[in-house]
Amino acid sequence: MKTFVAFIRKEFWHVLRDTRSLVILLGLPVVMMILFGFALSSEVKNSNVAILDYSNDDASRLLIDRIDQSQYFSVKERLTSEAQIERVFRRGEARLVIIFPQNFQEDLSHTNQAQVRFIGDASDPNTSNIVINYASSIFRDYQNELTEQKKLPYTIETETRMLYNPQLKSSYNFVPGVMTLILMLLGAMMTSVSIVKEKETGTMEILLVSPMRPLLVVLSKAVPYLFLCFIDVVIILLLAVFLLDMPIRGSLPLLLAESLLFILTTLSLGLLVSAVVDSQQTAMFLSLVGFLMPALVFSGFMFPIENMPLPLQIVSNIVPTKWYYSIVRAIMVKGLGFSYVAKQTLILAVMTVVYLTVAIRKFKIRLA
Amino acid sequence: MSTVRVENIKKTYEKGQVLALDDVSFEVKSGELFGLIGPDGAGKTSLFRILTTLLVPDAGRAEVAGLDVVKDLWKIRQIVGYMPGKFSLYQDLSIEENLNFFATVFNTTVAKNYHLIEEIYVQIEPFKHRLAGKLSGGMKQKLALCCALIHEPKVLFLDEPTTGVDPVSRKEFWDMLDRLKARGITIVVSTPYMDEASRCDRIALIQKGKILELDTLEQIIARHAQNLYAVDADNRYNLMNDLRKNTEIVSAFAFGEEQHVTLPPHFQDEYLSAFLKEKGHTGIKVRKIAPTIEDTFIKLMLENQ
Amino acid sequence: MTKSVIHTEGLTRKFGDFVAVNAITFDVKEGEIFGFLGANGAGKTTAMRILCGLLEPTSGKASVAGYDVYRQNEEIKKHIGYMSQKFSLYENLTVRENIQFFGGIYGLTRKELREKTAVLIERLGLNQEADKLVGSLPLGWKQKISFSVAILHRPKVVFLDEPTGGVDPITRRQFWDMIYEAAHEGITVFVTTHYMDEAEYCDRVSIMVDGTIAALDTPSGLKKQFQVESMDEVFLQLARGAKRGE
Repeated sequence: MKTFVAFIRKEFWHVLRDTRSLVILLGLPVVMMILFGFALSSEVKNSNVAILDYSNDDASRLLIDRIDQSQYFSVKERLTSEAQIERVFRRGEARLVIIFPQNFQEDLSHTNQAQVRFIGDASDPNTSNIVINYASSIFRDYQNELTEQKKLPYTIETETRMLYNPQLKSSYNFVPGVMTLILMLLGAMMTSVSIVKEKETGTMEILLVSPMRPLLVVLSKAVPYLFLCFIDVVIILLLAVFLLDMPIRGSLPLLLAESLLFILTTLSLGLLVSAVVDSQQTAMFLSLVGFLMPALVFSGFMFPIENMPLPLQIVSNIVPTKWYYSIVRAIMVKGLGFSYVAKQTLILAVMTVVYLTVAIRKFKIRLA
Repeated sequence: MSTVRVENIKKTYEKGQVLALDDVSFEVKSGELFGLIGPDGAGKTSLFRILTTLLVPDAGRAEVAGLDVVKDLWKIRQIVGYMPGKFSLYQDLSIEENLNFFATVFNTTVAKNYHLIEEIYVQIEPFKHRLAGKLSGGMKQKLALCCALIHEPKVLFLDEPTTGVDPVSRKEFWDMLDRLKARGITIVVSTPYMDEASRCDRIALIQKGKILELDTLEQIIARHAQNLYAVDADNRYNLMNDLRKNTEIVSAFAFGEEQHVTLPPHFQDEYLSAFLKEKGHTGIKVRKIAPTIEDTFIKLMLENQ
Repeated sequence: MTKSVIHTEGLTRKFGDFVAVNAITFDVKEGEIFGFLGANGAGKTTAMRILCGLLEPTSGKASVAGYDVYRQNEEIKKHIGYMSQKFSLYENLTVRENIQFFGGIYGLTRKELREKTAVLIERLGLNQEADKLVGSLPLGWKQKISFSVAILHRPKVVFLDEPTGGVDPITRRQFWDMIYEAAHEGITVFVTTHYMDEAEYCDRVSIMVDGTIAALDTPSGLKKQFQVESMDEVFLQLARGAKRGE
């Protein structure tokens, strides 16, 4: 036990003395949060809208005003014919064109049915989706007001609400995403690199020729990274809450406990890599391609998994980040309790045990 | 009594493509300072790694202090000290931190075995807070020796400890080994430098995975007597070329400013003087000399080619 | 009297308060094999870096191949070759590729390169190995190849940093034969080492202690001067007095 403590102390010296890496490890989550939070935000503000209003009545004018007043849109141009629509999109003058048909108000008040056409620029499908959603909600609000005014009984209200994230804030997406990425990076990559470094510099050779069990050597290397990972989780959560105004709806202790589990998963992945790889370069490359890329692609953070072809959906199940991502979203965004994430938790736990067992099995007590 | 016993060890790499050790057998007596002398790639490091349980031989067996290097892995790891060829301490830890760390790894403390390392440690103690990566070659080597000694090993394996170290530190290092030997520690040391052979009790000359000779330095040299002359002349470059071209000469190799020339047994030094005069050399100096270990090694290499 | 290829006069380099090289003065003649010795930290590396045009001196004069180290360091780099045991060849390139690459750095034309490469491979007897990766060759061959590469562009001076450590006695002598041959062809050879047996092969040897040149003579001259049998003992006598170093 004393040996183990001495080992862990030594590992902390290594980590703390490598100031440059330390700055990167602690600075990376901050930079990523700020980048995703502001620069790469998929929220759409002040999108230009062009209007083609064939009816030009009270209802259409009211709606156009509301759209213009909303923080998401500004009405840039009034069109006079459909032939102009293409030009507007080509020049990038508007993201959305709204077409009011003739007799808009009349249709609405007499038949209770009116049609509005939204034409979006789908060369950027994500943005145009969001823009159309925003616009629809403005129309829906208006519709609701009308129905209330008339106090008509038996009106069937169709309502689409964006659950959990009514403003469609992108931080709900990327904060869990950044957490999975950072933990994967720190846990799997840094741990494996630091162990493989001992092989490269030859210190592993001396440690092997000592009565100390090699497994202990390797486990103790993971401890400082466990701490660092945990600090990063806390940093990310603090930034999410105080900088990006993203509340943690569920239980904080549960979120931290699940994060700890995922950290253990990534650390055992790191140990697994270090057991089979002999150079820092390979370890780094393997971690990047083997872990970080799948973490990006298959966690559901950048690309929705439901839209992937079936084989890829199946593949996504073996990527641990997918499960952690869904756990974080469930707790943070949806405010769900443990019973809702029990399945994911179990899967992560099983994965951790498997990785760790294989890592221990593969670990060499000799040089070759 | 033998502390190290190696029997018919064979080791290959890359699925048998590269032969590192070819049927090597030898014994190191208890309390002996034993030298493995041979160039880079001779198989010294492979041998050390087998004896320190880091590698398993393809064939043959080896014992350290009566323990089998394959089966008694953990017991051997308790009693050997090992200094690998490459400097293998933590560059980002200080002298003191490295030493304390390795003491803990071996379940001991620096205080408990300080008497063993004291003589060496006092030389580097003034710099004990300096990071190991910032030390000179000689100091690194002393620190590495301290770390290998801290658990009072019965056998010490030192793989090319003096490579990259200046002559003063090298001499000090060998003096330290003498004192460790006096304490009864068996020491196996490897070196590519022939001049260090004289500091060992017995040596094994090793080349391409085979032991060419094994005995005391004097015995080895005596066993391979040769008709050897040191030759010098004013124009050394021409001297070298003329000697190489003469087919009657067994071998001619530069030894510093002179050429060491081996003649067939019945030839006399007059032969060389006459030959060089005929080639137009001036300032010819020829003297018969006793071979050094390096001459002997060259002779053995030529015979084994 | 042959002319000097390396000339220094009161050459000094300070790092802050620390005087790494303290007013050294010496000359190396054309075609000479000059041994530059010293213990760890004596100032060898600093002095050699100045002479290679990599480091500016604090004061004093120095010229290499007729070029001034202060103003013409780019010219110096064109007229010297450099070989070190630590870095010399790319292990994952073949022998031929290495030769062509290093030749290319010194601006040899395509045709020159092809011819020189062929001649060199022939001379080293490496026809069989020309297209093998350097990493797979024995250390002794690597040393021979890297020396050949260092003098491929016919430099005025070639700097060798501990060139022959660790190889067997025969290969090592073959290597020295190559050095003698280069020197015979007029290339000045500047060897830094702390292996005294390498020093024995030099025409003249200087020994640095604490930033100054403590002795400079032929190996036999030095042995006579210190009344000892080997260069090792000469070195030990001189370096024992060293104050700094470690």
